[in-house]
Amino acid sequence: MEKRFVYMDHAATTYVKPEVLEAMMPYFTENFGNPSSVYTFSRKSKKAIEEAREKVAKALNALPDEIFFTGGGSEADNWAIKGVAFANRDKGNHIITTKIEHHAVLHACEYLEKIGFEITYLDVDEYGMVNIDELKKAITDRTILITIMFANNEIGTIQPIAEIGKIARERGIIFHTDAVQAVGNVKIDVKEMNIDLLSLAAHKFYGPKGVGALYIRKGVKIDNLIHGGGQEKGKRAGTENLPGIVGLGKAIELATQDIDGHNERIKKLRDRLLNGIMEKIPYTRLNGHPEKRLPGNINVSFKFIEGESLLLLLDQFGICASTGSACSSGSLDPSHVLLAIGLPHEIAHGSLRLTLGDLNTEEDVDYVLSVLPNIVQRLREMSPLYEKFIKGEI
Amino acid sequence: MIYFDNSATTKPYKEVVDEVVDCLTNSFGNPSSAHRLGIDAEKKLNTARERVAKLLNAEPYEIYFTSGGTEANNTVLKGLLKKGDHVITSSIEHKSVKEALKQLEEEGVEVTYLKVDRDGIVDLKELENSIKDNTRLVTIMYVNNEIGSIQPVEDIVRIVRNKSKKARIHFDAVQAFGKIKIDVKKLDVDFLSLSAHKIHGPKGVGALFVRKDLKLKSLLTGGGQEKDLRSGTENVPGISGFGVAAYIAYNHIEENMKKVKDIKRYFIERLSEIQDVRINSPQDDKHIDNILSVSFLGVRGEVLLHALEDYEIYVSTGSACSAKRVGQNYVLPAIGLNQREVEGTIRFSFSHMNELEEVDKTIDVLKSLLKILRRVKK
Ligand SMILES: Cc1ncc(COP(=O)(O)O)c(C=O)c1O
Ligand SMILES: Cc1ncc(COP(=O)(O)O)c(C=O)c1O
Repeated sequence: MEKRFVYMDHAATTYVKPEVLEAMMPYFTENFGNPSSVYTFSRKSKKAIEEAREKVAKALNALPDEIFFTGGGSEADNWAIKGVAFANRDKGNHIITTKIEHHAVLHACEYLEKIGFEITYLDVDEYGMVNIDELKKAITDRTILITIMFANNEIGTIQPIAEIGKIARERGIIFHTDAVQAVGNVKIDVKEMNIDLLSLAAHKFYGPKGVGALYIRKGVKIDNLIHGGGQEKGKRAGTENLPGIVGLGKAIELATQDIDGHNERIKKLRDRLLNGIMEKIPYTRLNGHPEKRLPGNINVSFKFIEGESLLLLLDQFGICASTGSACSSGSLDPSHVLLAIGLPHEIAHGSLRLTLGDLNTEEDVDYVLSVLPNIVQRLREMSPLYEKFIKGEI
Repeated sequence: MIYFDNSATTKPYKEVVDEVVDCLTNSFGNPSSAHRLGIDAEKKLNTARERVAKLLNAEPYEIYFTSGGTEANNTVLKGLLKKGDHVITSSIEHKSVKEALKQLEEEGVEVTYLKVDRDGIVDLKELENSIKDNTRLVTIMYVNNEIGSIQPVEDIVRIVRNKSKKARIHFDAVQAFGKIKIDVKKLDVDFLSLSAHKIHGPKGVGALFVRKDLKLKSLLTGGGQEKDLRSGTENVPGISGFGVAAYIAYNHIEENMKKVKDIKRYFIERLSEIQDVRINSPQDDKHIDNILSVSFLGVRGEVLLHALEDYEIYVSTGSACSAKRVGQNYVLPAIGLNQREVEGTIRFSFSHMNELEEVDKTIDVLKSLLKILRRVKK
């Protein structure tokens, strides 16, 4: 098969849709006014931000007043967790989360732990699902916050968010969900799901980098993370990233207008690829939940090989993939998510994440299927472990 | 349109927009990814870091990108100060310093606010006398955003270094960099905050200079980007656009400032044709040339602002972020303006993209507007 360029790392980041870019352009050029200025010229900027806010609100079934723009998903997570913890210190110091959260959540929790908060890190099962009974048991009268991600960035597992939301609401505990990977892939209704805070980042759904949002349900007590001018109703200071916010608005509108159609198309491609991999490559394990997973997500472990070398070889064939989350790919530790679902170190090391997106085609899938099995085989042939295994020594 | 509000924000250079668009469409990878698109994006970051560093004579690894000047200021203050520490600042800081310090004050940090004189300059004697054993930080804005006063930064550094080994020095240089030549090595400063959209770069991106071997606790934790000081997928288009703006500023700083100086000189000269005017930022070495703050006695600044707007002349009454709360202005009273002068204040802020003819048009419009407005007022 002829060499092609195939991007299958959409969970790390996506390209920007042309419509999104087009919506952003005027705010780089003629409408560059500072949204906080009072003259008409800047009112266009202000209006553009409010329109974007309405789009985000609509996508989540929230009110525009409940949407606050941030510098990205990590900021939204940090703000939600630290902001709620500090503002509700008088009510308690206990927070519940899981072992498979993104580092933006985990490190924020670890920080709070250092300064006197108590954190429960819930286990997950072999598919990466939290156990609702365990969650219930973990709740104490000092619990002020439950933060559980909507969908996992590595293995794609989708949590029972509505169920968790119901429990939190009944117990009067604030519920935050990191929905950075979920927006555009899962239908989200913050009212129906009893979500109090929700983080999102534009660059995961074909919007620009450097901009995200935090949904804060009316009435939730939260401190500021960034202090200064009165932007975002005094809750998030700093001159607004005007084109970025406009881009986020357009992107979320596009990403949520036909989630079913998007899912169906992507899932079909994903399953073609996944089935092909499982068929053609022996000693392979699918990580994550077989059904309750993000439509574009594949995460597999190939026994006897190193994910890092696999990535480099795939790249030589024009295929962009990942071993885990992008931000930790520089480190040599195996992924905390794969360890949490019970993979031994050596198997966790041989993992590959392929995340499909809007522009991927059947040709892309078939190309990957024509390349990947050979690469895995080549790497296995270099592996002393594999040799022993074949000889029946292990 | 005459845009005289360049201290609020600036129009991005065409080269900046082209770069941003290129990153959004072609180099869209996540810099942390190991594949070619990731590497491509990482290269963009490196280039931008070198360009911003060069503008300050810093090392690239001393530059940390943020979502803007506000986040940079918050990062230094909250990352360094803890309960029991003492910090010295001025009484005319931007809100992003003022409000962050107010928060820290509630948490047990002790704050000294230095007075400023009629030029908006801190009293160096008072600074010296304020330094104590527990002084952890001196944070003073390099250039004020409303009146353009330039602090004697070299003297500040000298005084602090002489009196304390422990105290660190931070300058909010958002209004200074790209306009004043800054050499962090010569200046011997510890931290500097920058923001791209004030130098014809994109909004939503800034940077913090952190002198090598200094450490700060991070405000945003997570994936460990920006050497663990600032987590979150990098805003590659914004950062790369910032790099381009810094590069252009570096190559043109002298000619640009000369042009702005001529505009300010001419503006002040022509203001002499208007009566009852107080110039709050005269043209001297204590004030930056791109900011001209003027009190028009007998009118309300916001009325004048909106009247000018009808002629597509855009100015500001103070800083953009406090524009809506005129009554809360704290900078102008700090330099000794009375209520009437504060009320009538307009800030004209220039860029090299402005022209002398725009001054002529503005003065003409001002003259006719003031005639009407001042009569109405009486
Ligand atoms: C002196 C000063 N510091 C900080 C800031 C904040 O920068 P940003 O708007 O990029 O957050 C500004 C501008 O608004 C400023 O003028
Ligand atoms: C689940 C999850 N949460 C948070 C983040 C952080 O978002 P950002 O990198 O935009 O700050 C990411 C992506 O990196 C993610 O996948």
